Amino acid sequence: MTQKKFLYVNRKAPYGTVYALESLEVVLIGAAFEQDVRLLFMDDGVFQLAKGQDTAGIDNKNFSPTYSALGDYEVTKIYVDKQSLEERGMSLDDLQHLVWEDEDDDWAERDSIVLVDRSEIKEIMEENDVVLSF
Amino acid sequence: MGINVGGTELETDEEGYLLNLNDWTRDAAEELAKSESIEMTESHWEVIDFLREYYDEYQIAPAVRVLTKAIGKKLGKEKGNSKYLYELFPYGPAKQACKVAGLPKPTGCI
Amino acid sequence: MLHIVNKSPFEKNSLQSCLSCAKEGSTILLIEDGVYGVLKNSAVSDAITGAMKGMTICALEADVKARGIADKVIDGVKLVDYNGFVDLTCDNEKLQSWL
Repeated sequence: MTQKKFLYVNRKAPYGTVYALESLEVVLIGAAFEQDVRLLFMDDGVFQLAKGQDTAGIDNKNFSPTYSALGDYEVTKIYVDKQSLEERGMSLDDLQHLVWEDEDDDWAERDSIVLVDRSEIKEIMEENDVVLSF
Repeated sequence: MGINVGGTELETDEEGYLLNLNDWTRDAAEELAKSESIEMTESHWEVIDFLREYYDEYQIAPAVRVLTKAIGKKLGKEKGNSKYLYELFPYGPAKQACKVAGLPKPTGCI
Repeated sequence: MLHIVNKSPFEKNSLQSCLSCAKEGSTILLIEDGVYGVLKNSAVSDAITGAMKGMTICALEADVKARGIADKVIDGVKLVDYNGFVDLTCDNEKLQSWL
């Protein structure tokens, strides 16, 4: 199978609509088929990565722990838009700490989340073969 | 649909996966294994326990590739390969082992 | 690259996000409620005019007409019909929908 670079753009908050969960499932499927997958979170999408989500009271599955599994699926680049975080009074510390393990370096943990600004996003969108929006 | 475990009927879907994650017990696993014609051994349990722990932490059943790698890391290289896992679960480690572990079918598993 | 926006800029920030993430040389196509973005003298018209320096801004004519704003479209916005819409999606290798 030819490897293509996929970029998933996530711009919706996690529970109000089904976009976030659907995106995550598609990401896992794409990654299971060994495609090169990157994720971008911007606008309300940054809320998907918020720490401390507890859905016990709203009858929704809390799928936030699944983002921590992305490293196992070799999803090692998770871009987060700095501006969207700032607009929402949030910082990197408010997000889950997502890591991947470098098999070639004795499973050393590396950070997956990369904070980016809009000019970097322009380049990121162009350098991928397929852009999927959620 | 369902399976009988020690006199209690546990609900399953049409493919035999438990509907309720919390219904799972080690006895239920033995029954589910039987329905797949699998004789549970220590080696089977290692994989099942691993899957339960993985689900508990990440809320998903891992894809085969991910499972294989993670098993290799945790239980040693000689176990982290598809040959070993397919010997234990001939119809696919993710599909069959997940069923015995009482987990939903893995995302992306056909 | 083709960017498609289908939300009104007065309800959602999709257009604003799109404008800040689209590279020079891109084409932005507004459809459905997204076409409200090409209104003259609106809160976003300066942003559209500014973007037109480096990008092509298009709007789906049928959606513009349907909403009664055909005579209020910013000069320089290219109105396209459904065939034009198809051409744009074929001519551009990559596409991002700002849902």
